[in-house]
Amino acid sequence: MIHRQMMNSQFEAVIGLEVHAQLLTKSKAFCSCSTAFGAQPNTQVCPVCLGLPGALPVLNAEAVRMAVSAALAVNCSIQKNSRFARKNYFYPDLPKGYQISQFDEPFSQNGHLDIEVQSVPVGSPRRHVRARIQRVHMEEDAGKNLHDRGDDSIVDLNRSGTALIEIVGEPDLRSGLEAAEYLRTLREILVFIGVNDGNLEEGSFRCDANVSIRPIGASKFGTRTELKNINSFRFVQKAIDYEIARQESVIKSGGTIVMETRGWDEKSGETFSMRSKEEAHDYRYFPEPDLPALVLEDAYISQIRDALPELPQAKRERFANDLKLPANAAQVLTQHPAIASLFERAAELHGDALRVANFVQGEVLRDTTTRGLHAEIPLTSEQIADLLKLVDAGTISGKQAKEVYAKLRGTDARADEIVRSSGMAQVSDAGLIDDVVRRVLEANPKQAEAVKNGKTGVIGFLVGQVMKEMKGSANPAMVNEALQRLLGL
Amino acid sequence: MKMSVVEIAEKVRKGSLRAVDVANETLKQIEAQNSSIHAFLHVDAKGLLEQAAAVDAKRDRGEALGPLAGVPVALKDALCAKGMPATSGSKILEGYVPLYDATVVAKLRAADALLPGKTNMDEFAMGSSGENSAYGPIKNPWDTARTPGGSSSGSAASVAGRMTYAALGTDTGGSIRQPASLSGIVGVKPTYGRVSRYGAIAFASSLDQIGPFASDVRGAARILRTISGHDPHDATSLNAPVENFEAACEKSPRGLRIGVPEEYFAAGLSKEVRASVEKAIARLESDGCTIKKVHLPHTKYAVATYYVIATAEASSNLARYDGVRYGLRVEPNRDLKAMYGATRDAGFGAEVKRRILLGTFVLSAGYYDAYYLKAQKVRTLIRRDFDNAFNEVDAICSPTAPTTAFRIGEKSDDPLAMYLSDIYTLPASLAGICGISVPCGMGAGNLPIGLQIIAPALREETMFTLAAACETHCPPVSPSGS
Repeated sequence: MIHRQMMNSQFEAVIGLEVHAQLLTKSKAFCSCSTAFGAQPNTQVCPVCLGLPGALPVLNAEAVRMAVSAALAVNCSIQKNSRFARKNYFYPDLPKGYQISQFDEPFSQNGHLDIEVQSVPVGSPRRHVRARIQRVHMEEDAGKNLHDRGDDSIVDLNRSGTALIEIVGEPDLRSGLEAAEYLRTLREILVFIGVNDGNLEEGSFRCDANVSIRPIGASKFGTRTELKNINSFRFVQKAIDYEIARQESVIKSGGTIVMETRGWDEKSGETFSMRSKEEAHDYRYFPEPDLPALVLEDAYISQIRDALPELPQAKRERFANDLKLPANAAQVLTQHPAIASLFERAAELHGDALRVANFVQGEVLRDTTTRGLHAEIPLTSEQIADLLKLVDAGTISGKQAKEVYAKLRGTDARADEIVRSSGMAQVSDAGLIDDVVRRVLEANPKQAEAVKNGKTGVIGFLVGQVMKEMKGSANPAMVNEALQRLLGL
Repeated sequence: MKMSVVEIAEKVRKGSLRAVDVANETLKQIEAQNSSIHAFLHVDAKGLLEQAAAVDAKRDRGEALGPLAGVPVALKDALCAKGMPATSGSKILEGYVPLYDATVVAKLRAADALLPGKTNMDEFAMGSSGENSAYGPIKNPWDTARTPGGSSSGSAASVAGRMTYAALGTDTGGSIRQPASLSGIVGVKPTYGRVSRYGAIAFASSLDQIGPFASDVRGAARILRTISGHDPHDATSLNAPVENFEAACEKSPRGLRIGVPEEYFAAGLSKEVRASVEKAIARLESDGCTIKKVHLPHTKYAVATYYVIATAEASSNLARYDGVRYGLRVEPNRDLKAMYGATRDAGFGAEVKRRILLGTFVLSAGYYDAYYLKAQKVRTLIRRDFDNAFNEVDAICSPTAPTTAFRIGEKSDDPLAMYLSDIYTLPASLAGICGISVPCGMGAGNLPIGLQIIAPALREETMFTLAAACETHCPPVSPSGS
């Protein structure tokens, strides 16, 4: 395994990630076109995002708010004054011939991300790594070139001008695993604060990795290669580990690393050269003259800081420490903001966090699907709390709770309504139970005698008969108690 | 064609003049002169007559008419108007028809103005003579062997020849003021941000401003008021109140302090222009203005500074003409880069290519600091020169251009000589302040001379007061003698 090889190697890997995340604004960064995914090609366009002659960009205030939230969530300091810049290059998906981005005056810098990394061997304590973030800046997305429709390539500009943030990490990561964990943590934060849907497949969360190796203990960086557009966490880890091993074998066999952009071939499991740095662009950045300097007042920044929701890491710690959930449950229940808030609200309504946690994990999560920010959860916190309260009150058994849950899923019915309408309520009427127990004892004298003579195993048969008589609705504890009492045990 | 903008609008509003008659007269004049002057690239006769009929009908219904009722305003071809072609004087945009109105065009329509068509210009507004138009040069109605100046050449020539009553141009380094001066009409470059640039095909974004041409100062004032104001589609447009510039024309100039920068009266200025401008300044003094010498010490760096900043921005602004979405496409083979190269090689003229190369160079890694960044610093110094001067004076008077109209072909092989014809207009553009050129006399060969009046940012009123005073001594004249 590549990972094991590196462990014994005299080299260490140096990895820095650049992440592009689409902001969840309803309209684009510099015009009012919709950003909805999946529309017919070139239907969500206007003079501005088509780059028509004479059109001018106007900054979307909502994009600024989301970008500032994201920067604060990864501990960046916000610059009061920043500027947009033009990044100039020719490509058919870039209608103006330049991308509006930020260059030497980004709106935020000097952040960090704390990540927990699984150690080898599995089971040893997780390691804590602080990865610094150089900056978060705003920019616009390009359109898409499509090459699968006949002889000509065609261009869809629906995505052109969509608001992005780029999160530029410092080269603080040392393995594919750390890189993947960094990405998971970052993605989770952005989804939690509601600025990105974390969808790698649709490209709304994209990652480029700069990878180099150096002798352990060296302070100088080796020559790096850039891995472009890797669209899953698993591939990030594999591609980086492959690239580390590749670089090591190049160096060991006396070669030198060429500064280049490399892609990841999923089928062969290898990275391949896309273009060398000599062919790289000179982007000729300069301040965007169509947009005034971006000024972010302190009051505005504090307002956004105050409105930030609790971040997943903090929530996890609180679930473990304050609600006394096991670490694993805290992890599972904070995997998505909707699940976390479902659990929290239900726990609050019900009062016993652990019981709610067990029920949500045991039943609800099986039927829950998440896609980006959206979560399909089969029932509400209120329904969960009410259902568990019916069990607490002895109205239904734990087994019956599962049946009620099955009927409750996807409806807005109340648990007690379902219990009532399906005649499921557990009978806890001591008088009624006593009557049935007397009848059963009379009908089964032999078995009653056997129990009295110490054959306690037979009591199960009697319980079963009572239950049968009462169509399973009797409170089992009360039936047990009545049998023992009436048999004089 | 003897009426002014204000006269036409007031008569049409009152009903003593029909907009349709104005439109027909305009078409007649264009028909008579355009083949020799080549001011218009596109004449929208049908649209013009429809607009005129609509204005008349509106009046007949008793509805109030806008401030430019029935006034034909020609549009420089760098301005987008729905349904009319917009080439910006370039082959690369031949046949391109915009899908939307520039904000200024929408404002003209809302003011009941008429739009006779699109005027010829130096390609992408790069030039000072009209000779860089891909569609052939524009002639000066005062002498058809001479240029009307540029780059808003057709707009200036169409008003000078009274083919239309007014026009809009764009001014990046003098492209309204210089042709106004050479064509004997009034031309205004407003404060940067005063007028929305939305829909103006960009040359250099931090310098471009749209402004009016008219035969008289009050006409220019009325049009400027109509097209000014904050626009949510232009993030650089200023959120400032729009004053009544026409009212400012009625104010006495008495007591205004006028600065005369000696750097603008140095070598290169022709004797007749100097004499005419000095005489105009002396008349303002006799009107009660105070004349004061001022210094604008960084003037000598203006041409270099401008040609770094403007070309840098242009190299980026013109990147969108790549053959992918609209305009010209030349495909020598199936290779994308070859298509880009061939399209831009065939689509751009020599001066545009020169400026794209220059701009690309000054933004390149390793040269950025020495050129672009340095130019930005000098731009700040030039702005400060004006700030300092305006601590002492209300406005600055100078020649608009160093000479009267030059002959077509005279400077076309010498870009530097051509660039110097904007030497007096570039600094105000770099500073983002406002300027006007107003006729102040005639030189040899019956060629007009213009006085430039520069005022601080958003002080267009001061500029109009002085321009109107100048005009009383030197009333509008046209080549036909009216």
